[in-house]
Amino acid sequence: MHAPVAEKHLAPPQAQIGGIALSRWKLILLAAGFAVALAVPFVLKNFYIFQITLAIIYAIAILGLNLLTGFNGQFSLGHSAFYAIGAYTAAIMMDGFDVNYVLTLPAAALVCFVFGFLFGLPALRLEGIYLALATFALAIAIPQILKSTLVEHWTGGVQGISLIKPDAPFGLPLNSDQWLYLFTAIVAIVMYACAANLIRSRTGRALIAIRDHPVAASAMGINVALYKSLTFGVSALYTGVAGALGAIAIAFVAPDSFTFQLAIVLFVGLVVGGVTSIPGTILGGFFVLFVPNIAESFSKGLAGAVYGVILLLVIYLMPTGAAGLGRLMTARLAKPGR
Amino acid sequence: MELFLQQVLAGLATGGIYACMALAVVMIYQAIDHLNFAQGEMAMFSTFISWQLIQWGAPYWLAFGATIVISFAAGIVIERVVLKPLHDAPVLSNVVAFIALLSILNSAAGFIWDFTIKNFPSPFGAGPLFQDGLISKHDAGMISITLLLLALLYLFFRHTRIGLAMRAAAANPESARLAGIRVGWMNALGWGMAAAVGSVAGMLIAPVVFLEPNMMISILLYGFAGAVVGGLTSPGGAVFGGFLVGIIENLAGTYIPVVGREMKLSIALCIIVAVLCVKPSGLFGRPVVTRV
Amino acid sequence: MSRLLEASELCAFYGATQVLFGLSLAIDEGGITTLLGANGAGKTTTLRSLSGMCRTHGSIRFDDKPINGRATEDIVRLGIAHVPQGRGTFSRQTVEENLQIGAMTRSRRGEIAADIDRVYGYFPRLKERRAQQAGTLSGGEQQMLAVGRAMMLRPRLMLLDEPSFGLAPLVVEELFGILRTLNATEKVSMLLVEQNAALALELADHAYLIETGRVVTQGPARALRDDDNIRRSYLGY
Repeated sequence: MHAPVAEKHLAPPQAQIGGIALSRWKLILLAAGFAVALAVPFVLKNFYIFQITLAIIYAIAILGLNLLTGFNGQFSLGHSAFYAIGAYTAAIMMDGFDVNYVLTLPAAALVCFVFGFLFGLPALRLEGIYLALATFALAIAIPQILKSTLVEHWTGGVQGISLIKPDAPFGLPLNSDQWLYLFTAIVAIVMYACAANLIRSRTGRALIAIRDHPVAASAMGINVALYKSLTFGVSALYTGVAGALGAIAIAFVAPDSFTFQLAIVLFVGLVVGGVTSIPGTILGGFFVLFVPNIAESFSKGLAGAVYGVILLLVIYLMPTGAAGLGRLMTARLAKPGR
Repeated sequence: MELFLQQVLAGLATGGIYACMALAVVMIYQAIDHLNFAQGEMAMFSTFISWQLIQWGAPYWLAFGATIVISFAAGIVIERVVLKPLHDAPVLSNVVAFIALLSILNSAAGFIWDFTIKNFPSPFGAGPLFQDGLISKHDAGMISITLLLLALLYLFFRHTRIGLAMRAAAANPESARLAGIRVGWMNALGWGMAAAVGSVAGMLIAPVVFLEPNMMISILLYGFAGAVVGGLTSPGGAVFGGFLVGIIENLAGTYIPVVGREMKLSIALCIIVAVLCVKPSGLFGRPVVTRV
Repeated sequence: MSRLLEASELCAFYGATQVLFGLSLAIDEGGITTLLGANGAGKTTTLRSLSGMCRTHGSIRFDDKPINGRATEDIVRLGIAHVPQGRGTFSRQTVEENLQIGAMTRSRRGEIAADIDRVYGYFPRLKERRAQQAGTLSGGEQQMLAVGRAMMLRPRLMLLDEPSFGLAPLVVEELFGILRTLNATEKVSMLLVEQNAALALELADHAYLIETGRVVTQGPARALRDDDNIRRSYLGY
């Protein structure tokens, strides 16, 4: 005779797909992702490793934008500015002051946080469309300032700054591209973990409350102005670190790499990945890196048109982004557990 | 003093371009409650169509009129075919659709007509308006047409029933449906009109900046700036804002020593942001009053 | 009296969530019917289903013509006016423009102008504020404006969603008095959704009580008002 099964805690049954609980699926996907990510530098050719590195960098930049627009509801069409500031901070430190590339990351983070916070202060008065335009103005201004003769001495003017690609440290048997990929991946993991933590914390809830109903949030004692400015700072920090990583990986910075077209690229990546989805930003990063190349392979002369059509189709199929589609499918497939 | 006056007038001339674009921007904003980033490319494409008609031998004013009609129809088609599926989608997704449209139009124009600069005729003739050469005939003509367009649009929106229906559909689509207004078609009409106004702007601007696929990108930005400074709810304000941006840009370029030509745009934009910080809904915009 | 509106086995959905489970009701021409129930019972959903604003299964017939599945704009043109929850004011337009918007489906200028004057006759406070931006009006005035806007359609049936919401008792009394007058003199039948059951039962001729998307009981308003059991169990007083 079997002993009676002990009564488990009275939590409601977990949703399942194919008999496995959702939370377990998340872990499975995460583990699979790690496995794939680890295999990349040893399986693919250098050029593809480099491209994936850039996609991850874009993803981090888009994550920064997501924190501001997705979770805090402040539109920004100017994140290319913070990317540029981060990139140039790294470049100037490496080229002008011989600083080790690893140290440029925290420096870029700090510089961009301050810039972001300072920009966030006057932005407090602006809503929606007007904020979008103000940030757009920033995106336009930054490359022009970088080109200007005033700061040419440091920024290298129109020609920009050339850097040297770093080698793997400690004599590890990895080439430059492989090492940079791993370096970027490690930084990305740390930053994504911090972002996920932030969103789940009290601060994250405050951000979301401000997005959804600023008056109610303020009535509940949240210092809306402070949080909004801080969010701008943190968002700029993330995108700035991505910029620094970009400078290191590409080993070159020039003002024309950071025009408002980059701001639009980041924005598209945000929406395609899924606004308010942290994992979605990874998809967004890959989308904005690879799809324009795919479009070009279809037709050199009409590359932009093909890209536009692909973008429209993607938006029709996934109006709430890839993450939105993911949530929809999960809801369809999931059944309550026993 | 002479220099100042000259720069102000030069600013008015370029401001005329921006005012025209700003008008198109505000028009579509009033109609659909979004800023249309593809507006510039639509205007550019329309101007190319007009150019092509003239190349095929059409007299200027015939091409002008035909282009307006074609643009109006195209605007309606774009709304009904490209944008209708995204009606229920979030705002940001609609913005991505505009970006896609921008990309398609720019690339197609380059493909069909290539990127070399082309001359576009002016119906007002070349040369200065008066002997002292402060303002050219074309600039004067451009400013006049912009103001005429503004007056017509004002009359349309304020004093016709369909104008009111369009404003209602944009302001509160659900309530508009409950009043029997066919909101989808009002949106389409708004797009058609904005496309038509944009085409006029393009055809007026092209003689000055020369016709090529990238001609509108920075002008659209100035147009946005003018519209925002003037206030997105006020077409008159937008036109005023466009002129103001032109003047400020010129004066900044002339009088602020450090600023070279590259920085003119940034200065103008800084000033716009400053205006917004002081008056967040623009100089003439009506702040929307909402109950908490 | 003929059946003006008849809904049978109405099921309504917001996306994947079902809110109405086979609701049936019938409204006679000329009367005021009220739909009562607790929060979340499906009262607003019922009205929205009648106006074609959500996905439905089942049959809705207006004047013996089927209307489920038709677009809101078309249903409105058949003679159903819907005063939505939250009033649906066009905040940026003036009071007068709001009324003109209400008349958008009509064409005779003279009649429209006469109707606007008639609305001002019922709501003199709106006439005082005719050139004012509608968003600056008080809650009560915006509610009156919403009713006025609905009247501009010259409807045969008016759906009202919680007109007393957020209004001071005196204002509600004034408003309901005007509704009674409109029903009597303008011959507008009404379907009134209300949380304030006492007030609604005083105004209405007939009442439906719904709970979680189904009709629980119905009858003459007086009967429900006088039935202690129903009052205590469902209406809370």
